[in-house]
Amino acid sequence: MTFALVLFCAASVFVIVGAIVVVTTRNIVYAALGLLVTMIGTAGVFLLAFAEFLALVQLLIYGGAVVIVVLFALMLTRIEDFRHLSNNRQQPIAAIIALGIFAVLATAIISTPFPHSERTALSVYELGERLFVDWAVPFEVASLVLLVALIGAIVLVRSDDSGREIEEENKE
Amino acid sequence: MIEPVYFQILASMLFCVGIYGVLARRSAVLVLMSIELMLNAVNINLISYASFSDLGTDHASLGQVLIIFVITIAAAEFALAIAIILRLYRNRGSVNVDEIDLMKG
Repeated sequence: MTFALVLFCAASVFVIVGAIVVVTTRNIVYAALGLLVTMIGTAGVFLLAFAEFLALVQLLIYGGAVVIVVLFALMLTRIEDFRHLSNNRQQPIAAIIALGIFAVLATAIISTPFPHSERTALSVYELGERLFVDWAVPFEVASLVLLVALIGAIVLVRSDDSGREIEEENKE
Repeated sequence: MIEPVYFQILASMLFCVGIYGVLARRSAVLVLMSIELMLNAVNINLISYASFSDLGTDHASLGQVLIIFVITIAAAEFALAIAIILRLYRNRGSVNVDEIDLMKG
């Protein structure tokens, strides 16, 4: 058992334990923190696959931004509402479906031969060159999509009252 | 030595935990978080194929660029979905996905 394998097992434990906390806990703040643990574990998995830049992006975007947004959403909706929401009649069916899909996926993965090869490291320099030369146009389109999504989110959550106030101010 | 199969098994486990969350939880915020778990599983699967491919750095960079796009679109989707959930809470006073049955025949 090599050192890399030990690190991979540690990262996997982070990922799976965090995910199970997200889907089972009754306290929704714990769920948000479980999501953070999963994201940190995923960043570790990316590091073990020699994708340093992706690990950094994962930590910054998911670990930073997304978890903070979840906590804000919890703050703006009432937390007490969630306490009686956690149990559900569908739980056994959901567990059966999830285990069934896992069984299908695992048999498919194990029975498919994968050509054995070493991990190939890709430097940040190379990745940036690819991203901004070969994929420059999709990259710009993605930035436009982000802009549209953020403006759309602002328009959606803007309360009607404040909009009316602004209209009244304009009339005056 | 780490085999790519380990990454893929980990990804499928994470994906199934996400499916369980989407099906079993009733709070819209938790369903959204479960969807994020599934997106992460897809990213882990992609990185296993990108890093362990013996087809050269072209394919490795292709996989990593694809993951960057997945993360970008996931962030956009997440912001929009949180906005919709806040709007829903303001209009209906609840984020229980079972109660959102306006289109039920």
